[in-house]
Amino acid sequence: MTTEIPNFLARRTILMALGLAAVLVLVIACSSDNNNDSSENSGPSDEGGELIIYSGRSESLIAPLIEKFEAATGIDAKVNYAGTGSLAATLLEEGDRSPADVFFAQDPGGLGSIIELVKPLSDELIGRVPDWARSSDNLWVGISGRARTVVYNTDALSPEDLPDTLEGFTDPVWKGRIGWAPTNGSFQAMVTGMRLIWGEERTRDWLEGIVANEPKVYAKNTPTVAATGSGEVEVGFVNHYYLHRFLAEEGDGFAARNYFLPGGGPGSAILVTGAAILKTADNAIEAERFLDYLLSAEAQSYFAEETYEYPLIDGVERADMLPDLASLSTPDIDVSDLGDLAATQNLLREFGALP
Amino acid sequence: MNRTRVIGEEAPVGSGSTWTHRRLLPPWLRREPLSLWLAAIAVAGAAALPVLYLVVRAAESGESAVDSIFDFDTLAILWRSIQLIVLVTLGSVLIAVPLAWLTVRTDLPYRRAWAVASVLPLAIPSYVGALAFISAFGPKGLLQGWLEGPFGVDRLPDLYGLTGASVVLILLSYPYVFLTVRATLWRLEPEMEEASWTLGRSPWQTFRRVTLPLLYPAIGAGALLVALYTLSDFGAVALLQYDTFTRVIFNEYNSAFNRAVAAALSLVLLAVAVSLILIEASARRRARYYSGANAARRRRIVRLGRWRLPAFIFSSLVTLLALGIPVFVLVYWLTRGVNAGESGLFDWGAAFTSVQYSLAAAVVTVIAAIPISVLSVRRPGLLSTGLERFSYVGFAMPGIAVGLGLVFFGIRYATGIYQTVYLLVLAYVVLFLPVAVGLIRSSLLQVNPRMEEAAMSLGRSQINAFLTVTVPVIRPGLAAAAIMVFLLTMKELPATLILGPIESRTLATSIWSAAEEAFFARAAAPSLLLVIASAAPMTFLVLRERSRN
Repeated sequence: MTTEIPNFLARRTILMALGLAAVLVLVIACSSDNNNDSSENSGPSDEGGELIIYSGRSESLIAPLIEKFEAATGIDAKVNYAGTGSLAATLLEEGDRSPADVFFAQDPGGLGSIIELVKPLSDELIGRVPDWARSSDNLWVGISGRARTVVYNTDALSPEDLPDTLEGFTDPVWKGRIGWAPTNGSFQAMVTGMRLIWGEERTRDWLEGIVANEPKVYAKNTPTVAATGSGEVEVGFVNHYYLHRFLAEEGDGFAARNYFLPGGGPGSAILVTGAAILKTADNAIEAERFLDYLLSAEAQSYFAEETYEYPLIDGVERADMLPDLASLSTPDIDVSDLGDLAATQNLLREFGALP
Repeated sequence: MNRTRVIGEEAPVGSGSTWTHRRLLPPWLRREPLSLWLAAIAVAGAAALPVLYLVVRAAESGESAVDSIFDFDTLAILWRSIQLIVLVTLGSVLIAVPLAWLTVRTDLPYRRAWAVASVLPLAIPSYVGALAFISAFGPKGLLQGWLEGPFGVDRLPDLYGLTGASVVLILLSYPYVFLTVRATLWRLEPEMEEASWTLGRSPWQTFRRVTLPLLYPAIGAGALLVALYTLSDFGAVALLQYDTFTRVIFNEYNSAFNRAVAAALSLVLLAVAVSLILIEASARRRARYYSGANAARRRRIVRLGRWRLPAFIFSSLVTLLALGIPVFVLVYWLTRGVNAGESGLFDWGAAFTSVQYSLAAAVVTVIAAIPISVLSVRRPGLLSTGLERFSYVGFAMPGIAVGLGLVFFGIRYATGIYQTVYLLVLAYVVLFLPVAVGLIRSSLLQVNPRMEEAAMSLGRSQINAFLTVTVPVIRPGLAAAAIMVFLLTMKELPATLILGPIESRTLATSIWSAAEEAFFARAAAPSLLLVIASAAPMTFLVLRERSRN
């Protein structure tokens, strides 16, 4: 084996060189891929134009809608998908230099945190949605609505067993049977609504009662609905539309259904997703066309039919299984106000619901 | 003080470093050229960027962010984090060390297959792993369903909290120790073990008294990675309902939208990380060079005899739990989706992108780790040790903080590479550098520097001597480092989401996007691709080991 070292050396050098070359080629290929994409997409379109969207709403729900928008307008929309919170933080770090044109957020809190980066929207656009679904100073507009609801396990309970309002769940009979997700933005928005509708005292009583019933803490809506369906808990405080995803995935045998509290109140508050245009948008016209599209009959029907959300413009019907919007509570608050949010978080922390 | 003088005075040598020039210098200056120091400092500097960012963010808001740390029950959270770290680290070592020894040194049946299978849990994102475990072993999971008919079990004990979180994290992170220990076992000199056998010690006594102490540096390096990973994990602890620092930080970014408080809390988390790094460092002092000259000798395979069956059962059990259960649940979700008529589940484009990014990250990270590793082993001192320890901080930070840190610097000073793969790969280097440093370092510890000196005295340049003498010996360490960085990059999510080129989609982001909205079948397909794509490089490594034996 005296020849081993030179042989090995040659092989080693060749391998290393090949490896490095391969990586370089891949990296270059991969960055030029994106260029190709853009030329392909913008090439055939006659209207052209480009648009950069930061979307806190997930790709699995929104990508089909983006394709429809591109087909309808010829605009090449590039989307950066991530969580609403990390995109809001990214936008704040990017500041004036941000490449983004539009921020499409999962909840108004995200929009509220970047409110100084966005510009006012036209009255026409903002006038298409009800007052409660937009910012008071026209800086963002609601795109779709989701209702807070109670999901219950159908093997353990029937609707008659459930109370009329959220306050009913503070009864000790519910001990160990409730699931909730206090870190979730929608849940916190509901508690903010609660503070405004019920007042601080009643909200504290409610939190105290629920915490005394030792609810199971889930990370967010999806695992809460999953745990309710499997019977790990009997009820969960969630947004309404996740159930429909589970029914689509697991079939009608999935043992959970939504219960819209007949007593209304904060337990059936309606929350919105929203969008805003950045002050620094290079493609402001395309950005307006995108918001215009999101508030068109076509896109609103997509939300109603594909994501089981509430459409917000007149003339588009909600999905059949959902209760009338009028029966839900639409608290008269600026849902993007972060000051309210911080007070809610402190309250939750006080009761040990947040770490 | 010595260290800074090294840099200054060595400058003229760095450029024309041939042996003849070097002979004129005092011995303590001969070894490492200036360029190596500069490279190491540059790499550690990159790793420092996110820390710098956190300091800027936390300081910007004045005292309010720092004060707000006391709004949280910080001590309680700290105590919970420490409990989890201790349990996960101990559990990982207890599983990984025997498994590594069995798959390298014994006649365990199918040991190469076990070697591949034992690494793969590293490729499973922690939130997918946790989801799978809850589906399988939750109070109302699949197992309960099977037991209900025959045995009337209507609820399994709760796996949430410390127990569930530590079990899941052990099963997902023991491969860190497994890989570091394995890489070292391959280069361990057989003489001492042989001497022990000759003196009549049993294989078990030999393992405990001789082999195990030789493995301490590798176990320490792997255990540190497990501990830091546990500290930074969010997915598993959130789903398994155990509050740690990351959950508070996540809440600040995602629900409170307060970057300053998030940064202040991340700095607290970093302080914990630094303590862990220092603990490992003080344990490491005992590490020495162990190697003689003939590093590539054939070693004896230990015959397990009557222990063969228990060893086989142990290996099977680990793989069944850590890999079998998640894969089973993923396949279950996938079939359910296919039966429900879902199609187009496999996104090959995302798989290709993931492999590209991960290859680039693996190569660049390993190269970046070499200067720090070499200096910390060959020139132990304040600066080199400091650089090496510092390289660990990225691994302990929440990925979102590393991502935002590079947004902060990228958009200001590197606009040209912002939202390109280059900045993304830099983020991977920052995140995964310590993984590579740990593995390369523990391999380097076994290389006698005199071998390189001998080559240089025979006229080879320093770089040439390093490449031709040292690199072949530490090759298993380099390969293990590249593979580990590859697997970690494949599943990396938060930094990829923030820094990835716009419109790019990786397996990890596809899984996340689907799982967020309860598209389980659509999450399962890319998860399985992730496991399969990650199996390839490990299989390659194991097959090469066979060709060397």
